[in-house]
Amino acid sequence: MTKQEWPLYEVFIRSKSGLSHRHAGSVHAADDEMALTNARDTYTRRNEGVSIWVVRSDRIVASDPEETSAFFEPAEDKIYRHPTFYDIPDEVENL
Amino acid sequence: MTPDDALTRYATRLGDNALVLGQRMIELVAVSPELEEELANANFSLDYIGQARMFYTYAGEREGEGRDEDDFAFLRPEHEYRNLLLVEQPNGHFGDSIVRAVLFESFYVLLLDALTHCSDEGLAGIAARAIKEVRYHLKHSSQWLVRLGDGTEVSHDRVQESLDSLWSYTGEMFVADELDDIVRDAFEGPDLEAIAGQWRHAVTAIANAATLAMPDDGWMASGGKEGRHTEHFGYLLADLQNMQRTYPGVAW
Repeated sequence: MTKQEWPLYEVFIRSKSGLSHRHAGSVHAADDEMALTNARDTYTRRNEGVSIWVVRSDRIVASDPEETSAFFEPAEDKIYRHPTFYDIPDEVENL
Repeated sequence: MTPDDALTRYATRLGDNALVLGQRMIELVAVSPELEEELANANFSLDYIGQARMFYTYAGEREGEGRDEDDFAFLRPEHEYRNLLLVEQPNGHFGDSIVRAVLFESFYVLLLDALTHCSDEGLAGIAARAIKEVRYHLKHSSQWLVRLGDGTEVSHDRVQESLDSLWSYTGEMFVADELDDIVRDAFEGPDLEAIAGQWRHAVTAIANAATLAMPDDGWMASGGKEGRHTEHFGYLLADLQNMQRTYPGVAW
């Protein structure tokens, strides 16, 4: 009998209210519910989060690494799009 | 027995249930079916051992004879342990462990919930902390039971067998003894008769979702609450206590 691997899920965790979810890692799970509990048991053991998202890895639509130059480099030339001309006050956190 | 004395013993008994199940679950470390499941079980086991520490420490303080959590865990012989027979049953296959968890945790959640309303602040406080952990354990174990019961023909038959064979250890949970009666009457503690009804309701719902048949109530094992254990318990305790028995007083 060959062992069938459970599907992979990507795990996103929000560490506190007001911040956005960040990619934390991945877990194997047989179904969505299990993915959520596995993510909880694997990635929030030390009080890391207040919210978890999981999504099957094969459902993620990703950009092609080979197209990196076509995808991203044009934006580098357009410095007027970068908010580098503003001073951010020290009091503003989490920006 | 004075009510105060009964409460101390009652707290010890709650600690025994938690410690013995925690020890059983820690045996699953390194043999779990999946890495994620392994982490989950280790977490649960440590939750239970943490609860045992709180119950034992509290019992030791009330007793006032200088015993600490380690004395309770490592230096008592088999017959002084008053845990339910259900929690000392061997892990068996994964389905056995899951059924044992569902049967105990669905009872334990109700018991802890009742204890949070008891008139003894110490015990109510420990119960309030423990119930958050156990609610999650029960969610995890009952999801697994549904998955296995409503899974393949093989997994269904195997967990049905587990349920049938562990069923005879459930009767003991609801047979009130002197301690249960005193804690109920003197401290507004849990009413086991009421809990029995709620428990059956909860377990039936999980079994239905898992497409499992509820077993008939036949002969029920008992003795754990009086310190008479099944043959598996001595081995568990030997494993648990080996270090302290071999090197008395050893510390980290």
